[in-house]
Amino acid sequence: MHAMTLDTLALGKRFGSFQALSDATLQIRPGTVHALLGENGAGKSTLVKCLSGYYTADSGSILIDGREQTITAPAQARALGIGMVYQHFTVVPGMTVAENLLLARGALPPVIHWAGVRRALTNFMATTPFRLDLDARPVELSAGEKQKLEILKQLLLQPRLLILDEPTSVLTPQEADEVLGALRERAHAGMCSVLLITHKFREVTAFADDVTVLRRGCQVFSGRATDSTPAALAEAMMGVARSLPAPPQRLLQPPGPERLHVSQLQVNGDRGEPAVRGLTLSVHAGEIVGVAGVSGNGQRELMQALTGQRQHVGGSVQVDQQPFHGWRHENQRLCVRSLPEEPLLNACVGALSVADNMALRDFEQAPLAWHGWIHWSRIRARAREWIARHGIKTQGERAPISSLSGGNVQRVVLAREVSVSARLLLVSNPVFGLDFAAVSDVHRRLMEARNAGCAVLMVSEDLDELLSLADRIVVISAGQIVFETMAANADRNLLGRHMGGHDQPTELAA
Amino acid sequence: MPSTVVRLWPHRIEALVLPLLALVTALLLFGLFVTIGDHSASQAWQLLFLGAFGDAFSWQNTLQRAAPLMLTGLCVALPARAGLVVIGGEGALVLGGLAAAVLPQMVPGLGGASGKLALLLAAAVSGGSWIALAGWMRQARGVNETISSLLLSYLAIALFKHLVEGPLRDPASLNKPSTLPLGDALQIGSIGTYDVHWGLAWGLSACLVSAVWLAFTTHGFATRIVGGNARTARLIGLPTQTLVITACAVGGACAGLAGGIEVMAVHTAANAALISGFGYTGILVSFVARHRPLAVIPVAILFGGFGAAGSLLQRRMGLPDASVQVLLGFSFVLILASDGLQGRIAGALNRWLDQREARRPSATPPITPPGTAA
Repeated sequence: MHAMTLDTLALGKRFGSFQALSDATLQIRPGTVHALLGENGAGKSTLVKCLSGYYTADSGSILIDGREQTITAPAQARALGIGMVYQHFTVVPGMTVAENLLLARGALPPVIHWAGVRRALTNFMATTPFRLDLDARPVELSAGEKQKLEILKQLLLQPRLLILDEPTSVLTPQEADEVLGALRERAHAGMCSVLLITHKFREVTAFADDVTVLRRGCQVFSGRATDSTPAALAEAMMGVARSLPAPPQRLLQPPGPERLHVSQLQVNGDRGEPAVRGLTLSVHAGEIVGVAGVSGNGQRELMQALTGQRQHVGGSVQVDQQPFHGWRHENQRLCVRSLPEEPLLNACVGALSVADNMALRDFEQAPLAWHGWIHWSRIRARAREWIARHGIKTQGERAPISSLSGGNVQRVVLAREVSVSARLLLVSNPVFGLDFAAVSDVHRRLMEARNAGCAVLMVSEDLDELLSLADRIVVISAGQIVFETMAANADRNLLGRHMGGHDQPTELAA
Repeated sequence: MPSTVVRLWPHRIEALVLPLLALVTALLLFGLFVTIGDHSASQAWQLLFLGAFGDAFSWQNTLQRAAPLMLTGLCVALPARAGLVVIGGEGALVLGGLAAAVLPQMVPGLGGASGKLALLLAAAVSGGSWIALAGWMRQARGVNETISSLLLSYLAIALFKHLVEGPLRDPASLNKPSTLPLGDALQIGSIGTYDVHWGLAWGLSACLVSAVWLAFTTHGFATRIVGGNARTARLIGLPTQTLVITACAVGGACAGLAGGIEVMAVHTAANAALISGFGYTGILVSFVARHRPLAVIPVAILFGGFGAAGSLLQRRMGLPDASVQVLLGFSFVLILASDGLQGRIAGALNRWLDQREARRPSATPPITPPGTAA
């Protein structure tokens, strides 16, 4: 059988004083899909990087087909038949699919015999579950097709174990099902074993045979996927002492007056190409409007345009029936706040301290400033108060914000953006890369803001997040709103079809 | 993976150690360079020190050169705090000098304190607008400010030469084309009985005021936000364009002031002697000072000292006057290279401390039963 049997026994890895892995035990049966679950920082990435040769484990052992192996370099892992698909794209944007595939092979002859290579690649494509045009360039591919190309690059090497790090985060639900289904078929046919890092319980129950849960570098659960329930897995991930936090309470209330009105907005992307094409939407007080869509369909540009980070080409934006450009005095007068994606990159100044970052919205206003002079003591005092109130883990208010973990950076931004009585919140992928505790914090704060009458516009690539938080969901595709539905009676499959752009824009369903 | 414990002081130590390390290495390389030329390295180092800080005379010479370096250093440091790398200080300096030399011809009857201030203001405005132009092109047109400011600097120098050697030339200046000399009433004198002119006071105050502006005012804080992360600045609605262009204009005004002071205190007329590289050395000063206005002061004095020692090296050792330029060149390359080490020293310190802390629990003596202690 070509598929690999892999066991790790009490694998350990230490970085300075930080024990990233201490007792990671994993048993992958040949020809199965094995799901690896765990919170951020639980050691999932460290474990697979030890397997793929990126790191070398300090203690414990790796058994391949029952024989102990030391993996010290990626090339060695490749030689053993271990392939890894990373979370971020590693394709070369300017090269064709064929060239990218060839690159994956590593050692190449000085002169490439293209006709032979193409014949080989065409034959290879016929054996794979995915179809891609060999001459297409990655810029022409959708995110889902790029992810398929990443997987094909590894399949070309005929791995005996394929490791995938959260492969479905950029896919529509349909694409995710297609990719994972194809991989499972391949595994069950005995062609390879699959190790799947994920945080989506749905994928575990639908596609995995076995599941292992890591917490703080230790294996805390292992078993058949059919025998485990999402609740049990969540409990294992977070620890028995803590229960799954209650979902944020939604107050039933009729939507208030229209707070945000976007009309025929046009925005260009980074290369000057139209990214948002005549988009119209509105958000009312006391409701969360979720924007669903496959990444790269104009969400980023839309939110950057609304928050003043990107210029408008056409159309208009109004807040409370007044023109809105994202200028500072408008933000302050109309109480518009924002939680952008990747907060350290978009909402913080990494070199400045936690206290400085907490003051970004109102440092020139009384009582923090007086006639253009800043009262640093007041800024620091308020920061200490917020750090205590929101349970932010930091070395102190003077520590640079870049020294904080992702969850705590997001808590700093939350404290700053939601603490004043915000009337409009512009939110993008607010929980990307956060652990459970931080995720529930963020969701609770957003729901509280909504219940207090704030209008919330939220872009998220996680459909489940939108379905649980939003009152109304709109689907963005190719820079336009193509579908709208109430979240309560939304149909995943219908949403997925619109996200993939398979349906022509139809009548808006109520 | 980063250490879990966050310490602030390793980074502070690193910020001090890295530039020092680069400068020491530059001095070592300079010694090697001198040795290759069949001279004694130790004598060169000794003369460098003596020529810069050896006695009252060399101190006066050093401070005389430090004054414009503080101002041209600010011309790099202030735009840098707003996120721009501007290296065209030489052009702003030259235009500032030209403006100060020309204003009395256009407005006759200037004199006294108000006249001097008017000249300095003209110098600051012309230098400021030149660098502001580079900042505007960056903000409005996306032109790389590093390249455009350097090219603008060449342009300024060419313009300067054209005017000084052509329409504005004093017919009496025969083999050294100059503008008409300034009257005594418009010249800047020395501080007390020392051979150091009042430009030093201007340089020091500009550094102090800039430091206060950046640290304690809302406008300075806003500028640092733009320089730290322009996306965040736009998110919170700051007028990023205005802030960046203002920082450029203020920086350029400092360099222009340096030119005006050089003309009013040293050359008494605008001529080619003004184009002596203070603007370029200012780049080095600012980078060594890590763009901190207060640190610009000691660094400017150090590099002023190197410049002052040049003539001593020439007289005593027969080294060409320009050999100090080699030292400056080494320093600059090494300062830029040392940026690549940023985080390494702090990281190594952190790791060492981590290991010490990790050992500590085992180092504490376990409770031993009585009688078994060694």
